[in-house]
Amino acid sequence: MQRRQLMQGLGLAAVATMSGCASLSGARPQVLVVGAGWGGSTVAKYVRMLSDQRVDVTLVEPNEAFVSCPISNLVLSGRRQLADITHRYDQLVQRHGVRLVRGRVEAVDPVQRRVRLADGSTLAYDRLVLAPGVDMMWDGVQGLQAAHAQGRILHGWKAGPETVALRRQLQAMRDGGTYAIVIPEAPYRCPPGPYERASVIAAYFKREKPRSKVLILDANPDVTSKGPLFKKAWAEVYGPMLEYRSQHKAVAVDAATNTVKFEIQDDVRADVLNVLPPMRAGDIAVKTGLANANARWCHVNFLNFESTVAPHVHVIGDSIQIAQGMPKSGHMANSHAKVCAAALVADLTGLPVNPHPMLTNVCMSFVDDEHVIHVASVHEYVPTQKTFRTIGGSGGVSDVRSDLEAVYTQGWARNIWSDMLG
Amino acid sequence: MKLLSTCVLACSTLMATAAVAQTAAPPQAQRLYLRSLAATCAHCHGTEGRAVAGEALVRLAGLPKDYLLTQLMAFRTGDRKATIMHQITRGYSEEQLEAVAAYFAAQQ
Repeated sequence: MQRRQLMQGLGLAAVATMSGCASLSGARPQVLVVGAGWGGSTVAKYVRMLSDQRVDVTLVEPNEAFVSCPISNLVLSGRRQLADITHRYDQLVQRHGVRLVRGRVEAVDPVQRRVRLADGSTLAYDRLVLAPGVDMMWDGVQGLQAAHAQGRILHGWKAGPETVALRRQLQAMRDGGTYAIVIPEAPYRCPPGPYERASVIAAYFKREKPRSKVLILDANPDVTSKGPLFKKAWAEVYGPMLEYRSQHKAVAVDAATNTVKFEIQDDVRADVLNVLPPMRAGDIAVKTGLANANARWCHVNFLNFESTVAPHVHVIGDSIQIAQGMPKSGHMANSHAKVCAAALVADLTGLPVNPHPMLTNVCMSFVDDEHVIHVASVHEYVPTQKTFRTIGGSGGVSDVRSDLEAVYTQGWARNIWSDMLG
Repeated sequence: MKLLSTCVLACSTLMATAAVAQTAAPPQAQRLYLRSLAATCAHCHGTEGRAVAGEALVRLAGLPKDYLLTQLMAFRTGDRKATIMHQITRGYSEEQLEAVAAYFAAQQ
């Protein structure tokens, strides 16, 4: 804390000078991580661990606790509580020596290597990692931002209080009502997530409101992940209770009538309307000018996840322009974080960066209360193409939906939450 | 390589790393690359193979190297039935599987 207090007491120029000297003068290198979600928590922990605590890490996060998006669909279906998916950051601080700063980063100065927080304070860094997840492109659907702000039309795509609010809307819906989920064009966070949500809400209706209906209105030409497995489950478990409609790209909503309007197809009214807006890189990455892929996502050097725009600024998780076959998932953000952490540790301790990093991804989805399907992949960095490629012959999807995979899903969640935060 | 399990941690780590090193990187770098490779298992099996107690996805830390490697290879060939591990292990070379087996065997 002494260093930070000292820096806050100095002018910005002095701060920058100190930062610039930090590594050169033999002081401990400083890594600053923005965002303590799947990627940010993991990179903070793994820089500490892989450097044998020789690199200092500061982690800036506005929220008091971590709330997991994976498993949050089960809060909507009533099978889990928000407390089950909420985890504290204590172990990152106590076990790993990460310095946790509660706050929101408002601006990054990549030249002076410092960030400014909402409270006006500044933090200097040798290396910066931005893990801000996604933010919403509200302009894509007219009226949605206002309807969302009023609490009328929710997305629930960032787990937390909004998850509970959406659960309340479902509970308040009459038996015989319709729940509609509206899916944007890919890429968006968590490709199979909307289909899992529709499935487990259908399971909830089947249990408690059997005359109700689930409607999936998808901007994409087909189900974007595990399509045959989802469709088989829908047909066999829910029948006419669940309906899937492709090529429904939302362009506007009317909160007064709970109606969604599409580019081509007819309007749809629903009792509970759950609209996922189109998504882009998190605000701080966009504001810093790092979103150089369609002004939406951030290109990175896949060897170390450094931005292709700003030296010493790294971007991981949902905000990046993905490589082929790389989903925007929590598991993948955790994988990005480990490659980034190892590269930072190598760089800051004078070692060569690993020329052949690898990534894995697993996405588990519930199709009802007790059965799960997965998609898995293994990726390697290919130097000649300067990107990650899935490895031929590896990966795949479940043969069938199974209760065994539901048990494994719980194990996956507990272990990966611990891998990030424990 | 059978002698690995009797080596001390540093010894086994460095020897195993040699199997996956792409370049003549210094030993400290090879240790870092091996820890990174093993970290690709941690999502499901816990940091450094130390899974949360009581979960179905097993702890790898401290299991015998030969046992781990035999299981990984059996998943890879399909001899051992799995929901997912056959798909994961086919993404790794035999040398990489041997290296991670040695790494997890050396963890407490």
